[in-house]
Amino acid sequence: MSEYLSQFADLFATYNVPLAFWMNIKLTFFAAIFSLVIGTALALMRISPIASLRLAGTWYVNVLRNTPLTVIMVFGVLALWSKLGVSFSPNFDENFFRLAVLGLSVYHAAFVCEALRSGVNTVPVGQAEAARSIGLSFLPAARIIILPQAFRGAIAPLGNTLIALTKNTTVAATASVAEAAGLMAAMIEFRSDVIIGIFLTFAIGWVIIVIPVGLLTTYLSRRLAVVR
Amino acid sequence: MSTQNVLFDAPGPRARRNFAIGNAVGVLLLLTVLYLVISRLGARGQLDPALWKPLLTSRSWQYYILPGLQNTLVAGAYSIVGAMVFGLLFGVGRLSGSRAIRWFCGIVVEFFRAVPVLIMMVAGWLALNQLKLIPAEMTSLVAVVGALILYNGSVIAELVRSGIHGLPKGQREAGLAIGLTRNQSIRSIELPQALIAMLPSLVSQFVVILKDSALGYYIAYAELLRNSRLLGTDGTNILQTLFVAAAIFILINFSLSRFAEFLARRVGGATSGKTRVGDVPNTVTTIGLEQSGTAAAKRGLEHR
Repeated sequence: MSEYLSQFADLFATYNVPLAFWMNIKLTFFAAIFSLVIGTALALMRISPIASLRLAGTWYVNVLRNTPLTVIMVFGVLALWSKLGVSFSPNFDENFFRLAVLGLSVYHAAFVCEALRSGVNTVPVGQAEAARSIGLSFLPAARIIILPQAFRGAIAPLGNTLIALTKNTTVAATASVAEAAGLMAAMIEFRSDVIIGIFLTFAIGWVIIVIPVGLLTTYLSRRLAVVR
Repeated sequence: MSTQNVLFDAPGPRARRNFAIGNAVGVLLLLTVLYLVISRLGARGQLDPALWKPLLTSRSWQYYILPGLQNTLVAGAYSIVGAMVFGLLFGVGRLSGSRAIRWFCGIVVEFFRAVPVLIMMVAGWLALNQLKLIPAEMTSLVAVVGALILYNGSVIAELVRSGIHGLPKGQREAGLAIGLTRNQSIRSIELPQALIAMLPSLVSQFVVILKDSALGYYIAYAELLRNSRLLGTDGTNILQTLFVAAAIFILINFSLSRFAEFLARRVGGATSGKTRVGDVPNTVTTIGLEQSGTAAAKRGLEHR
Protein backbone atom coordinates (compact mmCIF):
# COMPACT_ATOMS: atom_id res chain seq x y z
CA MET A 1 0.00 0.00 0.00
CA SER A 2 2.72 2.45 0.96
CA GLU A 3 4.61 1.41 -2.16
CA TYR A 4 1.53 2.20 -4.25
CA LEU A 5 1.33 5.61 -2.62
CA SER A 6 4.98 6.39 -3.24
CA GLN A 7 4.64 5.40 -6.91
CA PHE A 8 1.69 7.70 -7.00
CA ALA A 9 3.62 10.57 -5.48
CA ASP A 10 6.41 10.06 -8.05
CA LEU A 11 3.86 10.26 -10.82
CA PHE A 12 2.54 13.56 -9.52
CA ALA A 13 6.02 14.94 -9.24
CA THR A 14 6.57 14.14 -12.94
CA TYR A 15 3.25 15.45 -14.26
CA ASN A 16 1.74 18.79 -13.32
CA VAL A 17 -1.90 17.93 -12.67
CA PRO A 18 -2.97 21.28 -11.16
CA LEU A 19 -1.56 23.08 -14.20
CA ALA A 20 -3.74 20.95 -16.51
CA PHE A 21 -6.84 21.74 -14.44
CA TRP A 22 -5.84 25.41 -14.45
CA MET A 23 -5.98 25.25 -18.27
CA ASN A 24 -9.59 23.98 -18.05
CA ILE A 25 -10.46 26.80 -15.67
CA LYS A 26 -8.93 29.39 -18.02
CA LEU A 27 -10.86 27.92 -20.96
CA THR A 28 -14.05 28.05 -18.87
CA PHE A 29 -13.45 31.65 -17.82
CA PHE A 30 -12.90 33.09 -21.28
CA ALA A 31 -15.51 30.95 -23.01
CA ALA A 32 -18.07 31.87 -20.32
CA ILE A 33 -17.56 35.58 -20.94
CA PHE A 34 -17.65 35.36 -24.73
CA SER A 35 -20.61 32.96 -24.82
CA LEU A 36 -22.54 35.23 -22.44
CA VAL A 37 -21.93 38.22 -24.73
CA ILE A 38 -22.79 36.33 -27.94
CA GLY A 39 -25.73 34.58 -26.28
CA THR A 40 -27.22 37.85 -25.00
CA ALA A 41 -26.92 39.39 -28.46
CA LEU A 42 -28.61 36.31 -29.95
CA ALA A 43 -31.41 36.43 -27.38
CA LEU A 44 -32.01 40.11 -28.19
CA MET A 45 -32.10 39.25 -31.90
CA ARG A 46 -34.58 36.43 -31.27
CA ILE A 47 -37.04 38.62 -29.36
CA SER A 48 -36.59 41.72 -31.53
CA PRO A 49 -39.25 43.13 -33.87
CA ILE A 50 -36.91 42.82 -36.86
CA ALA A 51 -37.73 39.67 -38.80
CA SER A 52 -34.36 39.19 -40.50
CA LEU A 53 -32.48 39.30 -37.19
CA ARG A 54 -35.01 36.93 -35.61
CA LEU A 55 -34.52 34.48 -38.45
CA ALA A 56 -30.73 34.70 -38.25
CA GLY A 57 -30.81 34.11 -34.48
CA THR A 58 -33.10 31.11 -34.85
CA TRP A 59 -30.85 29.60 -37.51
CA TYR A 60 -27.73 30.14 -35.45
CA VAL A 61 -29.25 28.42 -32.43
CA ASN A 62 -30.68 25.50 -34.41
CA VAL A 63 -27.44 24.84 -36.28
CA LEU A 64 -24.96 25.26 -33.43
CA ARG A 65 -27.05 23.45 -30.83
CA ASN A 66 -27.36 20.39 -33.04
CA THR A 67 -23.69 20.16 -34.01
CA PRO A 68 -21.43 18.00 -31.81
CA LEU A 69 -18.88 20.16 -29.97
CA THR A 70 -16.17 17.75 -31.10
CA VAL A 71 -16.98 18.58 -34.73
CA ILE A 72 -16.71 22.30 -33.96
CA MET A 73 -13.36 21.83 -32.22
CA VAL A 74 -11.88 19.67 -34.98
CA PHE A 75 -13.21 22.09 -37.57
CA GLY A 76 -11.53 24.98 -35.73
CA VAL A 77 -8.12 23.38 -35.89
CA LEU A 78 -8.18 21.38 -39.12
CA ALA A 79 -10.28 23.71 -41.30
CA LEU A 80 -10.38 27.21 -39.81
CA TRP A 81 -6.72 27.33 -38.92
CA SER A 82 -4.92 24.95 -41.26
CA LYS A 83 -7.06 25.47 -44.38
CA LEU A 84 -8.43 29.01 -44.02
CA GLY A 85 -5.41 30.43 -42.22
CA VAL A 86 -7.42 31.97 -39.37
CA SER A 87 -4.84 32.52 -36.64
CA PHE A 88 -5.15 34.37 -33.34
CA SER A 89 -1.56 34.26 -32.19
CA PRO A 90 1.86 33.49 -33.70
CA ASN A 91 2.48 31.27 -30.68
CA PHE A 92 1.36 27.71 -31.47
CA ASP A 93 -0.11 26.80 -28.07
CA GLU A 94 -1.70 30.19 -27.57
CA ASN A 95 -3.33 29.92 -31.00
CA PHE A 96 -4.84 26.50 -30.22
CA PHE A 97 -6.03 27.84 -26.87
CA ARG A 98 -7.83 30.76 -28.54
CA LEU A 99 -9.31 28.52 -31.23
CA ALA A 100 -10.65 26.29 -28.46
CA VAL A 101 -12.12 29.31 -26.66
CA LEU A 102 -13.76 30.35 -29.93
CA GLY A 103 -15.24 26.87 -30.47
CA LEU A 104 -16.53 26.65 -26.89
CA SER A 105 -17.98 30.17 -27.07
CA VAL A 106 -19.90 29.83 -30.32
CA TYR A 107 -21.30 26.45 -29.21
CA HIS A 108 -22.42 27.50 -25.72
CA ALA A 109 -23.74 30.86 -26.92
CA ALA A 110 -26.67 28.94 -28.45
CA PHE A 111 -27.49 27.46 -25.02
CA VAL A 112 -27.03 30.83 -23.26
CA CYS A 113 -29.48 32.33 -25.76
CA GLU A 114 -32.08 29.66 -25.02
CA ALA A 115 -31.53 30.02 -21.26
CA LEU A 116 -32.12 33.76 -21.52
CA ARG A 117 -35.21 33.24 -23.62
CA SER A 118 -36.61 30.93 -20.97
CA GLY A 119 -35.77 33.76 -18.51
CA VAL A 120 -37.74 36.21 -20.66
CA ASN A 121 -40.65 33.80 -20.38
CA THR A 122 -40.65 34.22 -16.59
CA VAL A 123 -41.23 37.98 -16.91
CA PRO A 124 -44.98 38.71 -16.59
CA VAL A 125 -46.73 40.30 -19.58
CA GLY A 126 -47.67 43.25 -17.37
CA GLN A 127 -44.00 44.27 -17.14
CA ALA A 128 -43.68 44.58 -20.91
CA GLU A 129 -47.05 46.33 -21.13
CA ALA A 130 -46.07 48.78 -18.41
CA ALA A 131 -42.80 49.48 -20.22
CA ARG A 132 -44.68 50.22 -23.43
CA SER A 133 -47.29 52.32 -21.72
CA ILE A 134 -44.65 54.71 -20.34
CA GLY A 135 -43.38 55.12 -23.88
CA LEU A 136 -40.31 52.87 -23.96
CA SER A 137 -39.56 51.36 -27.35
CA PHE A 138 -38.08 47.90 -27.85
CA LEU A 139 -34.42 48.44 -26.97
CA PRO A 140 -34.92 50.63 -23.87
CA ALA A 141 -37.68 48.31 -22.65
CA ALA A 142 -35.43 45.29 -23.13
CA ARG A 143 -32.47 46.97 -21.45
CA ILE A 144 -34.25 48.54 -18.46
CA ILE A 145 -37.25 46.28 -17.82
CA ILE A 146 -37.11 42.89 -19.50
CA LEU A 147 -33.48 41.74 -19.51
CA PRO A 148 -32.64 42.50 -15.84
CA GLN A 149 -35.60 40.39 -14.75
CA ALA A 150 -34.88 37.77 -17.42
CA PHE A 151 -31.30 37.32 -16.18
CA ARG A 152 -32.53 36.82 -12.64
CA GLY A 153 -35.11 34.30 -13.81
CA ALA A 154 -32.55 32.50 -15.97
CA ILE A 155 -29.90 31.85 -13.30
CA ALA A 156 -30.72 28.13 -13.00
CA PRO A 157 -30.51 27.33 -16.74
CA LEU A 158 -27.50 29.66 -17.11
CA GLY A 159 -25.84 27.77 -14.25
CA ASN A 160 -26.52 24.48 -16.03
CA THR A 161 -24.91 25.92 -19.14
CA LEU A 162 -21.89 27.01 -17.09
CA ILE A 163 -21.54 23.51 -15.61
CA ALA A 164 -21.82 21.95 -19.06
CA LEU A 165 -19.24 24.43 -20.36
CA THR A 166 -16.83 23.59 -17.53
CA LYS A 167 -17.01 19.88 -18.30
CA ASN A 168 -16.93 20.48 -22.05
CA THR A 169 -13.57 22.23 -21.81
CA THR A 170 -12.12 18.68 -21.83
CA VAL A 171 -13.18 18.47 -25.48
CA ALA A 172 -10.41 21.02 -26.15
CA ALA A 173 -8.14 17.96 -25.99
CA THR A 174 -9.29 17.25 -29.56
CA ALA A 175 -7.97 20.71 -30.50
CA SER A 176 -4.50 19.92 -29.10
CA VAL A 177 -4.87 22.03 -25.95
CA ALA A 178 -2.86 20.66 -23.00
CA GLU A 179 -5.70 20.21 -20.50
CA ALA A 180 -6.85 17.61 -17.97
CA ALA A 181 -8.25 14.88 -20.26
CA GLY A 182 -5.13 14.85 -22.43
CA LEU A 183 -2.83 14.80 -19.40
CA MET A 184 -4.78 11.93 -17.87
CA ALA A 185 -4.34 9.90 -21.06
CA ALA A 186 -0.59 10.61 -21.06
CA MET A 187 -0.26 9.66 -17.39
CA ILE A 188 -2.16 6.39 -17.84
CA GLU A 189 -0.10 5.46 -20.85
CA PHE A 190 3.07 6.13 -18.86
CA ARG A 191 2.02 4.27 -15.70
CA SER A 192 -0.78 1.88 -16.61
CA ASP A 193 -0.35 -0.03 -13.34
CA VAL A 194 -1.96 2.76 -11.29
CA ILE A 195 -4.77 3.47 -13.77
CA ILE A 196 -7.56 3.42 -11.19
CA GLY A 197 -5.77 5.86 -8.92
CA ILE A 198 -5.15 8.24 -11.83
CA PHE A 199 -8.76 8.08 -13.01
CA LEU A 200 -10.11 8.67 -9.51
CA THR A 201 -7.77 11.64 -9.02
CA PHE A 202 -9.06 13.33 -12.15
CA ALA A 203 -12.67 12.35 -11.55
CA ILE A 204 -12.61 13.73 -8.01
CA GLY A 205 -10.89 16.87 -9.33
CA TRP A 206 -13.90 17.41 -11.58
CA VAL A 207 -16.36 16.69 -8.80
CA ILE A 208 -14.59 19.32 -6.68
CA ILE A 209 -14.86 21.88 -9.49
CA VAL A 210 -18.39 21.11 -10.67
CA ILE A 211 -20.39 20.55 -7.47
CA PRO A 212 -19.66 23.97 -5.91
CA VAL A 213 -20.71 25.67 -9.16
CA GLY A 214 -23.98 23.74 -9.02
CA LEU A 215 -24.59 24.60 -5.36
CA LEU A 216 -23.74 28.26 -5.99
CA THR A 217 -26.12 28.63 -8.93
CA THR A 218 -28.91 26.84 -7.09
CA TYR A 219 -28.38 29.21 -4.14
CA LEU A 220 -28.26 32.26 -6.42
CA SER A 221 -31.31 31.22 -8.39
CA ARG A 222 -33.30 31.08 -5.14
CA ARG A 223 -31.75 34.24 -3.75
CA LEU A 224 -32.11 36.35 -6.88
CA ALA A 225 -35.43 35.02 -8.15
CA VAL A 226 -37.90 37.88 -8.54
CA VAL A 227 -40.65 37.38 -5.98
CA ARG A 228 -44.01 37.44 -7.76
CA MET B 1 -49.82 35.35 -27.69
CA SER B 2 -46.20 34.77 -28.53
CA THR B 3 -43.17 36.39 -26.95
CA GLN B 4 -42.62 38.58 -29.96
CA ASN B 5 -45.97 40.29 -29.75
CA VAL B 6 -45.68 41.25 -26.12
CA LEU B 7 -42.41 43.12 -26.23
CA PHE B 8 -43.52 45.68 -28.78
CA ASP B 9 -46.78 47.26 -29.92
CA ALA B 10 -48.59 46.63 -33.14
CA PRO B 11 -46.51 48.96 -35.31
CA GLY B 12 -47.88 52.24 -36.65
CA PRO B 13 -46.65 53.85 -39.87
CA ARG B 14 -43.46 55.23 -38.36
CA ALA B 15 -42.57 52.02 -36.53
CA ARG B 16 -43.24 50.07 -39.71
CA ARG B 17 -40.79 52.31 -41.55
CA ASN B 18 -38.22 51.81 -38.78
CA PHE B 19 -38.70 48.04 -38.88
CA ALA B 20 -38.23 48.08 -42.64
CA ILE B 21 -35.00 50.05 -42.25
CA GLY B 22 -33.85 47.71 -39.49
CA ASN B 23 -34.73 44.75 -41.63
CA ALA B 24 -32.75 46.11 -44.57
CA VAL B 25 -29.74 46.78 -42.33
CA GLY B 26 -30.04 43.29 -40.87
CA VAL B 27 -30.19 41.64 -44.28
CA LEU B 28 -27.25 43.75 -45.43
CA LEU B 29 -25.22 42.73 -42.37
CA LEU B 30 -25.96 39.05 -42.89
CA LEU B 31 -25.07 39.28 -46.56
CA THR B 32 -21.78 40.98 -45.64
CA VAL B 33 -20.91 38.17 -43.25
CA LEU B 34 -21.84 35.61 -45.89
CA TYR B 35 -19.74 37.46 -48.47
CA LEU B 36 -16.72 37.61 -46.15
CA VAL B 37 -16.94 33.86 -45.48
CA ILE B 38 -17.33 32.96 -49.12
CA SER B 39 -14.57 35.29 -50.30
CA ARG B 40 -12.23 33.83 -47.68
CA LEU B 41 -13.12 30.33 -48.85
CA GLY B 42 -12.53 31.41 -52.42
CA ALA B 43 -9.23 33.16 -51.68
CA ARG B 44 -7.96 29.99 -50.05
CA GLY B 45 -9.06 27.87 -53.01
CA GLN B 46 -11.55 25.96 -50.88
CA LEU B 47 -14.39 26.48 -53.37
CA ASP B 48 -12.45 24.61 -56.05
CA PRO B 49 -14.89 22.02 -57.47
CA ALA B 50 -12.06 19.46 -57.42
CA LEU B 51 -12.22 19.50 -53.63
CA TRP B 52 -16.00 19.06 -53.47
CA LYS B 53 -16.40 16.48 -56.25
CA PRO B 54 -14.94 13.53 -54.32
CA LEU B 55 -17.90 13.90 -51.95
CA LEU B 56 -20.23 12.98 -54.79
CA THR B 57 -18.49 9.71 -55.57
CA SER B 58 -19.92 6.44 -54.35
CA ARG B 59 -16.49 5.48 -53.00
CA SER B 60 -16.57 8.23 -50.36
CA TRP B 61 -20.02 7.26 -49.19
CA GLN B 62 -19.56 3.52 -49.40
CA TYR B 63 -16.26 3.29 -47.54
CA TYR B 64 -16.20 6.33 -45.27
CA ILE B 65 -19.37 8.33 -44.67
CA LEU B 66 -21.99 5.59 -44.48
CA PRO B 67 -19.92 3.17 -42.35
CA GLY B 68 -19.08 6.13 -40.09
CA LEU B 69 -22.73 7.07 -39.80
CA GLN B 70 -23.59 3.46 -39.10
CA ASN B 71 -21.03 3.31 -36.27
CA THR B 72 -22.34 6.58 -34.84
CA LEU B 73 -25.90 5.23 -34.86
CA VAL B 74 -24.85 1.85 -33.43
CA ALA B 75 -23.02 3.50 -30.52
CA GLY B 76 -26.00 5.83 -30.07
CA ALA B 77 -28.52 2.97 -30.04
CA TYR B 78 -26.63 0.87 -27.50
CA SER B 79 -26.12 3.94 -25.33
CA ILE B 80 -29.77 4.95 -25.47
CA VAL B 81 -30.99 1.52 -24.40
CA GLY B 82 -28.31 1.21 -21.71
CA ALA B 83 -28.90 4.73 -20.40
CA MET B 84 -32.65 4.07 -20.15
CA VAL B 85 -32.08 0.94 -18.07
CA PHE B 86 -29.46 2.67 -15.89
CA GLY B 87 -31.67 5.74 -15.50
CA LEU B 88 -34.77 3.76 -14.50
CA LEU B 89 -32.87 1.67 -11.96
CA PHE B 90 -31.08 4.56 -10.30
CA GLY B 91 -33.95 7.04 -10.62
CA VAL B 92 -36.33 4.69 -8.80
CA GLY B 93 -33.47 3.71 -6.46
CA ARG B 94 -33.21 7.33 -5.33
CA LEU B 95 -36.85 7.17 -4.23
CA SER B 96 -36.42 3.85 -2.45
CA GLY B 97 -37.66 3.36 1.10
CA SER B 98 -34.26 2.10 2.21
CA ARG B 99 -31.88 4.89 3.16
CA ALA B 100 -28.81 2.86 2.12
CA ILE B 101 -30.13 2.34 -1.42
CA ARG B 102 -31.15 6.02 -1.66
CA TRP B 103 -27.69 7.17 -0.65
CA PHE B 104 -25.85 4.72 -2.87
CA CYS B 105 -27.91 5.69 -5.94
CA GLY B 106 -27.58 9.38 -5.08
CA ILE B 107 -23.79 9.23 -4.87
CA VAL B 108 -23.44 7.22 -8.09
CA VAL B 109 -25.73 9.59 -10.02
CA GLU B 110 -24.11 12.79 -8.73
CA PHE B 111 -20.62 11.41 -9.37
CA PHE B 112 -21.21 10.43 -12.98
CA ARG B 113 -23.04 13.67 -13.70
CA ALA B 114 -20.05 15.68 -12.51
CA VAL B 115 -17.27 13.81 -14.35
CA PRO B 116 -16.80 14.83 -18.02
CA VAL B 117 -17.73 12.12 -20.52
CA LEU B 118 -14.37 12.38 -22.25
CA ILE B 119 -12.51 11.61 -19.00
CA MET B 120 -14.58 8.44 -18.50
CA MET B 121 -14.21 7.47 -22.14
CA VAL B 122 -10.43 7.83 -22.22
CA ALA B 123 -9.89 6.05 -18.90
CA GLY B 124 -12.29 3.25 -19.88
CA TRP B 125 -10.63 2.80 -23.25
CA LEU B 126 -7.10 2.64 -21.86
CA ALA B 127 -8.24 0.27 -19.11
CA LEU B 128 -9.94 -2.04 -21.61
CA ASN B 129 -6.87 -2.08 -23.82
CA GLN B 130 -4.76 -3.04 -20.86
CA LEU B 131 -7.09 -5.72 -19.47
CA LYS B 132 -7.51 -7.42 -22.86
CA LEU B 133 -10.82 -8.96 -21.73
CA ILE B 134 -12.48 -8.17 -25.06
CA PRO B 135 -11.12 -8.20 -28.63
CA ALA B 136 -8.94 -5.15 -29.36
CA GLU B 137 -11.21 -3.91 -32.16
CA MET B 138 -14.15 -3.74 -29.75
CA THR B 139 -12.53 -1.64 -27.01
CA SER B 140 -13.29 1.79 -28.42
CA LEU B 141 -16.97 0.95 -29.04
CA VAL B 142 -17.35 -0.44 -25.52
CA ALA B 143 -15.59 2.60 -24.02
CA VAL B 144 -17.81 5.03 -25.97
CA VAL B 145 -21.02 3.21 -25.04
CA GLY B 146 -19.95 2.70 -21.42
CA ALA B 147 -19.13 6.36 -20.83
CA LEU B 148 -22.31 7.53 -22.57
CA ILE B 149 -24.44 5.13 -20.49
CA LEU B 150 -22.91 6.27 -17.20
CA TYR B 151 -23.34 9.98 -17.91
CA ASN B 152 -26.66 9.99 -19.72
CA GLY B 153 -28.06 7.25 -17.51
CA SER B 154 -27.40 9.53 -14.53
CA VAL B 155 -29.13 12.43 -16.27
CA ILE B 156 -32.11 10.18 -17.09
CA ALA B 157 -32.17 9.00 -13.46
CA GLU B 158 -32.64 12.64 -12.46
CA LEU B 159 -35.37 12.99 -15.10
CA VAL B 160 -37.18 9.95 -13.67
CA ARG B 161 -36.87 11.27 -10.14
CA SER B 162 -38.04 14.77 -10.98
CA GLY B 163 -40.78 13.30 -13.20
CA ILE B 164 -42.17 11.35 -10.24
CA HIS B 165 -41.74 14.35 -7.94
CA GLY B 166 -43.61 16.49 -10.47
CA LEU B 167 -46.78 14.40 -10.24
CA PRO B 168 -49.62 15.69 -8.07
CA LYS B 169 -49.50 14.27 -4.55
CA GLY B 170 -52.99 12.82 -4.98
CA GLN B 171 -51.67 10.16 -7.36
CA ARG B 172 -49.60 8.49 -4.66
CA GLU B 173 -52.29 9.05 -2.02
CA ALA B 174 -54.83 7.35 -4.27
CA GLY B 175 -52.44 4.43 -4.69
CA LEU B 176 -51.93 4.11 -0.96
CA ALA B 177 -55.69 4.45 -0.36
CA ILE B 178 -56.48 1.40 -2.46
CA GLY B 179 -54.00 -0.61 -0.42
CA LEU B 180 -50.84 -0.51 -2.56
CA THR B 181 -47.49 -0.29 -0.83
CA ARG B 182 -45.26 2.71 -1.54
CA ASN B 183 -43.14 0.69 -3.99
CA GLN B 184 -46.20 -0.71 -5.76
CA SER B 185 -47.62 2.77 -6.09
CA ILE B 186 -44.37 4.02 -7.62
CA ARG B 187 -44.19 1.08 -10.03
CA SER B 188 -47.75 0.89 -11.25
CA ILE B 189 -49.14 4.41 -10.79
CA GLU B 190 -46.42 7.06 -10.68
CA LEU B 191 -43.66 5.68 -12.91
CA PRO B 192 -45.86 5.13 -16.00
CA GLN B 193 -47.14 8.70 -15.80
CA ALA B 194 -43.68 10.09 -15.10
CA LEU B 195 -42.32 8.24 -18.14
CA ILE B 196 -44.94 9.79 -20.41
CA ALA B 197 -44.30 13.23 -18.93
CA MET B 198 -40.56 12.91 -19.45
CA LEU B 199 -40.81 11.53 -23.00
CA PRO B 200 -39.95 14.88 -24.62
CA SER B 201 -36.94 15.43 -22.34
CA LEU B 202 -35.89 11.86 -23.04
CA VAL B 203 -35.90 12.44 -26.79
CA SER B 204 -33.79 15.59 -26.38
CA GLN B 205 -31.41 13.55 -24.24
CA PHE B 206 -31.03 11.25 -27.25
CA VAL B 207 -29.75 14.28 -29.16
CA VAL B 208 -27.11 14.76 -26.44
CA ILE B 209 -26.14 11.08 -26.75
CA LEU B 210 -25.75 11.30 -30.52
CA LYS B 211 -23.70 14.49 -30.23
CA ASP B 212 -21.45 13.02 -27.54
CA SER B 213 -20.84 9.86 -29.53
CA ALA B 214 -18.61 12.09 -31.68
CA LEU B 215 -16.19 12.14 -28.72
CA GLY B 216 -15.32 8.60 -29.84
CA TYR B 217 -13.17 10.44 -32.40
CA TYR B 218 -10.60 10.98 -29.65
CA ILE B 219 -10.29 7.28 -28.81
CA ALA B 220 -10.13 6.00 -32.40
CA TYR B 221 -13.73 4.86 -32.70
CA ALA B 222 -14.53 4.85 -36.44
CA GLU B 223 -17.61 7.07 -36.18
CA LEU B 224 -18.82 9.71 -38.62
CA LEU B 225 -16.42 12.47 -37.59
CA ARG B 226 -13.35 10.25 -37.58
CA ASN B 227 -14.19 8.68 -40.93
CA SER B 228 -14.79 12.11 -42.44
CA ARG B 229 -11.40 13.19 -41.24
CA LEU B 230 -9.79 10.09 -42.75
CA LEU B 231 -11.59 10.73 -46.02
CA GLY B 232 -10.35 14.32 -45.96
CA THR B 233 -6.77 13.45 -45.17
CA ASP B 234 -6.31 11.21 -48.17
CA GLY B 235 -7.92 13.75 -50.49
CA THR B 236 -6.68 16.94 -48.74
CA ASN B 237 -10.26 18.22 -48.70
CA ILE B 238 -10.75 18.06 -44.95
CA LEU B 239 -12.83 21.25 -44.78
CA GLN B 240 -15.31 19.80 -47.25
CA THR B 241 -15.57 16.39 -45.57
CA LEU B 242 -16.02 17.96 -42.12
CA PHE B 243 -18.73 20.15 -43.63
CA VAL B 244 -20.62 17.08 -44.83
CA ALA B 245 -20.22 15.32 -41.46
CA ALA B 246 -21.53 18.40 -39.65
CA ALA B 247 -24.47 18.65 -42.06
CA ILE B 248 -25.45 15.01 -41.40
CA PHE B 249 -25.21 15.48 -37.63
CA ILE B 250 -27.29 18.67 -37.77
CA LEU B 251 -29.94 17.06 -39.96
CA ILE B 252 -30.42 14.07 -37.65
CA ASN B 253 -30.28 16.05 -34.41
CA PHE B 254 -32.53 18.83 -35.67
CA SER B 255 -35.17 16.28 -36.69
CA LEU B 256 -34.95 14.64 -33.26
CA SER B 257 -35.26 18.03 -31.52
CA ARG B 258 -38.32 18.83 -33.60
CA PHE B 259 -39.80 15.44 -32.73
CA ALA B 260 -39.23 16.20 -29.03
CA GLU B 261 -41.13 19.50 -29.37
CA PHE B 262 -43.94 17.68 -31.16
CA LEU B 263 -44.09 15.08 -28.37
CA ALA B 264 -44.21 17.80 -25.71
CA ARG B 265 -47.36 19.21 -27.32
CA ARG B 266 -48.81 15.78 -28.01
CA VAL B 267 -48.48 13.87 -24.73
CA GLY B 268 -49.51 16.76 -22.49
CA GLY B 269 -53.04 15.40 -22.04
CA ALA B 270 -51.98 11.82 -21.37
CA THR B 271 -50.48 12.38 -17.92
CA SER B 272 -50.99 14.43 -14.79
CA GLY B 273 -47.27 15.29 -14.92
CA LYS B 274 -45.74 18.34 -16.57
CA THR B 275 -44.50 17.82 -20.09
CA ARG B 276 -41.82 19.93 -21.59
CA VAL B 277 -38.72 19.58 -23.68
CA GLY B 278 -35.38 19.45 -21.89
CA ASP B 279 -33.01 22.02 -23.25
CA VAL B 280 -35.41 23.18 -25.93
CA PRO B 281 -37.62 25.78 -24.28
CA ASN B 282 -40.98 25.73 -25.90
CA THR B 283 -41.04 28.52 -28.45
CA VAL B 284 -44.71 29.33 -28.01
CA THR B 285 -44.69 29.84 -24.24
CA THR B 286 -46.48 32.99 -23.25
CA ILE B 287 -44.69 35.61 -21.22
CA GLY B 288 -45.71 35.46 -17.61
CA LEU B 289 -46.26 31.74 -17.65
CA GLU B 290 -44.40 30.59 -14.59
CA GLN B 291 -41.67 28.12 -15.55
CA SER B 292 -42.78 24.86 -14.03
CA GLY B 293 -40.58 22.32 -12.34
CA THR B 294 -38.64 21.97 -9.12
CA ALA B 295 -34.99 22.86 -8.67
CA ALA B 296 -34.25 19.15 -9.08
CA ALA B 297 -36.08 19.13 -12.38
CA LYS B 298 -34.07 22.11 -13.55
CA ARG B 299 -30.83 20.42 -12.57
CA GLY B 300 -31.96 17.32 -14.39
CA LEU B 301 -32.23 19.28 -17.60
CA GLU B 302 -28.53 19.93 -17.77
CA HIS B 303 -27.32 19.72 -21.31
CA ARG B 304 -23.99 19.45 -22.98
